[in-house]
Amino acid sequence: MSYPATASQTVGPYFKIGLQYLDSNALCTEAAPGIHITVSGQVFDGDGVPVPDAQLELWQADDLGRFAGHDPSGRGEASDGFVGFARVPVNEHGAFHFSTVYPGSVMAPDVTRQAPHIVVMLSMRGLLKHLYTRIYFAGDALNADDPILTAVPVDRRGTLLAHEEEEGSEQYRMNIHLQGDDETVFFEY
Amino acid sequence: MSELQQPFLPVKPGTQPAFLHAPYGSSVLRAPQRPLIVVPQTLSELSGPVFGHGAIGTFDNDLTKQHAGEPLGERIIVSGRVLEENGRPVAGALVEVWQANAAGRYLHKRAQHAAPLGPNFSGAGRFLTDEQGFYRFTSIKPGAYPWGNHYNAWRPAHIHFSLFGAGLLTRLVTQMYFPGDPLLPYDPIYNCIDDEQAKQRMISSFDLENTIPDTALAFSYDVILRGRNATPMETHK
Ligand SMILES: [Fe+3]
Repeated sequence: MSYPATASQTVGPYFKIGLQYLDSNALCTEAAPGIHITVSGQVFDGDGVPVPDAQLELWQADDLGRFAGHDPSGRGEASDGFVGFARVPVNEHGAFHFSTVYPGSVMAPDVTRQAPHIVVMLSMRGLLKHLYTRIYFAGDALNADDPILTAVPVDRRGTLLAHEEEEGSEQYRMNIHLQGDDETVFFEY
Repeated sequence: MSELQQPFLPVKPGTQPAFLHAPYGSSVLRAPQRPLIVVPQTLSELSGPVFGHGAIGTFDNDLTKQHAGEPLGERIIVSGRVLEENGRPVAGALVEVWQANAAGRYLHKRAQHAAPLGPNFSGAGRFLTDEQGFYRFTSIKPGAYPWGNHYNAWRPAHIHFSLFGAGLLTRLVTQMYFPGDPLLPYDPIYNCIDDEQAKQRMISSFDLENTIPDTALAFSYDVILRGRNATPMETHK
């Protein structure tokens, strides 16, 4: 027996009634080891208008590059207090905000190292299937050799970079643009 | 290479919607305009969150028992299996569902439809699949609702499904429809896919075997998640 995967359909305007119970703005507890950071941003549509009904689902490795649950690399358990997943809704201004630890480096398929990143799955009314993008951190030394980032044309890589709000602040910002000159890079796997 | 490191199969052409589907008005300003960038699958996408029973409450699989009284509407049992593309069951998958009430109204602050809300129905549930990929929940049949996409637009009756399998690339949000719904040919969301079989697979089947006499109708609905590129293992009967 073999069937192709069931077709995706939009979450529609009312997904909160089914999904809100899992909303969180933290990917770990305050006790988790690592450098604690926050990431904020806003989601914009093709008119540059904030999207008030988007949802981000985030997934990242802990400070040492290990995933919670079943880490496929078999490198052991993620650290205590680290969840690595959060469902983050935007507010009525299209803004999101979450706290986490600065991710460690994850192995790439060819055993090179990936730069620290957070995977984002973005859903909203109007999207017939969710979008995959990534949050990287401006200034990280590993960005230059990251196998995903370097697959992106140079002039669009900036759309994937979160920047410190102030130098050394550990509070990062990255906006998501669905369309337009600054359209965020979205991935297909 | 462990099974968890096996990449997921490529998406079969025509079986998933494009982002831009002009008849669905909301997609026009929200669908990305540039082609997606195809990149290798990494451990970040091959892994994914694992949800345990901690995420599930007592009445999360019976939407008719979440309040003091019974909701109005046709009581239904929906059951089926969650499988990978190669037919293997997905055990422990988190399935989340949400829906309108029998009058076609969502318990949501932005719901516009002037149909009544009852006190006994919230319209949301969740559960995990068992070792063989089976799930089952009780609800009431949702009503159709108008949605303003175009003149006299009505959504066919549907239940929203959200699923997490093993690995981020199995993430799926879809909608389950009901057999024989006369609104299906007119719905731009149902019709966002070219492949006729892919559309048909979103329609549940009437399930006489699981009906409960004098109590509930039943519908059967299997969901297929993107599979890994693994050689077939032992067969599950
Ligand atoms: Fe709906």
